[in-house]
Amino acid sequence: MADFLQQVVSGLASGGVYALLALALVLIYRSTGVVNFAQGEMAMFSTFVCWELIDRGLPYWVAFFATLAISFAGGVLIERLVVHAVSRAAAITVVTVTIGLLIMLNGAAAWIWKGEQRTLENPFGTRTFDVGGVVVAVQDLGILVVSLALVAALWVLFQRTRLGLALRASALNPESSRLHGIRVSWMLALGWGLAAVLGAVAGMLVAPTQGSFDQNLMLPVLIFAFAAAVLGGLDSPLGAVVGGLAVGVILNLVGAYIDFFADLRLPAALLVILAILLLRPHGLFGRAAVRRV
Amino acid sequence: MPLLELEDVQARYGAVQALHGVTLDVDERQVVSVLGANGAGKTTTLRAISGTVRRSGSIRFDGKSLPRSPEAVARSGIAHVPEGRGTFAELSVDENLRLGAYSRRDRSGYERDLAAVVKHFPWLDERRDQQAGTLSGGEQQMLALARAFMSRPRLILVDEPSLGLAPLIVRRLFDVLRAWIDEHGMSALVVEQNANVALQHSERAYVLEVGRVAVSGTADELRGNEAVRRSYLGY
Repeated sequence: MADFLQQVVSGLASGGVYALLALALVLIYRSTGVVNFAQGEMAMFSTFVCWELIDRGLPYWVAFFATLAISFAGGVLIERLVVHAVSRAAAITVVTVTIGLLIMLNGAAAWIWKGEQRTLENPFGTRTFDVGGVVVAVQDLGILVVSLALVAALWVLFQRTRLGLALRASALNPESSRLHGIRVSWMLALGWGLAAVLGAVAGMLVAPTQGSFDQNLMLPVLIFAFAAAVLGGLDSPLGAVVGGLAVGVILNLVGAYIDFFADLRLPAALLVILAILLLRPHGLFGRAAVRRV
Repeated sequence: MPLLELEDVQARYGAVQALHGVTLDVDERQVVSVLGANGAGKTTTLRAISGTVRRSGSIRFDGKSLPRSPEAVARSGIAHVPEGRGTFAELSVDENLRLGAYSRRDRSGYERDLAAVVKHFPWLDERRDQQAGTLSGGEQQMLALARAFMSRPRLILVDEPSLGLAPLIVRRLFDVLRAWIDEHGMSALVVEQNANVALQHSERAYVLEVGRVAVSGTADELRGNEAVRRSYLGY
């Protein structure tokens, strides 16, 4: 039993990271109707930025928050310079552009950081503590707390502020929003900025758990996040968070208890995606509506 | 000086020209209606003003040239209740009203104007948490007016308020519109297919035919116009 709970706890920690990235996917999907395939690579790039800042002598948390600011600006810039140019094009065009961004960011990171393995500091230390026989790593707890705190902050932004209301309105009814004086086009850019911040946190949290990382850090994580977003229903922020935690726990348990999947967590995630798309295409919390892909 | 002046305004959707040069004006504290058959350019006239369709020609608002983007037009004091009412169906009644107030600069007046709006539509207050999409058609049209009022506009553009609504509700909508004009000094440009209703509630009217003003005058003049009566009033 203790072992089982331990797997659940560490699954929740990875799940927190998937939730952040899934939330970023949902954020952009809701406002533009497209899946941003570059989301993982944006997060990977942010992680390298953080590594670079620490490498140049900044203390961890200074580098952390500086990375958030840089990522936000980067996300806004990507929307303004690249995505905005195809905003009137068919969804498939925009999706293709995000795949192009994925390849470009991956290549750029490999070029700038030489494709070498880097190590990112673990801000939570390696201590563990014991709760009734369940050994909990402080790092896992830290990841979960930071993830949930960020989710809560976003919830407050979207549900309790004037800007958040404008962001939601722009996603739901852009034409009417413009008639109310909302600068919808900037709201979309802001959405990309926020998605980049979510990704950055996900990347900075997940990198230390891998020991070392290179430009391919986020490729598997993005698949897990896709599974989470699809499970939650692509247009539901709550679904993304629940889906993220669920996918984290499920994959951890499957990996731990079914020998066949011990080293096959990625295919397991793809199976999850496939099963959801077949059985319940609109996910747990999504609306069953016909939408463009 | 009129509050709103359109001069030779033209607009097109791709290759199709919808407005061939519309000239009209709206005075302070007046309700002016735009009548005409389907496809005459009534809705496009409103869209040209609010900037949701590209236009050429001159539009002056309060003596100044009107900007061309919908956001800027909204911020300059023109509220547009579009076809389909522009309801944020997934959001609550309260959030819809807050969005109405989005473009205004003085945020302190929100509570005061909410009270003024609730005075005319008391049911809004009791149902502030209800999802707007679950309101009836008449309620959504009232919410649309209330949302527009929350921006404290100097001019309100209303597209087909009577569409699909019972006569009693239509009458109530126009009564509230008039009351708000009297209380807050606003003007209204209303597009209507139902000419009887429109003339009953406006000072002046324009009749559009294929993208041009065919006839214009006071409501009484138009009611007395033989051709208008036969084509649009049906008696």
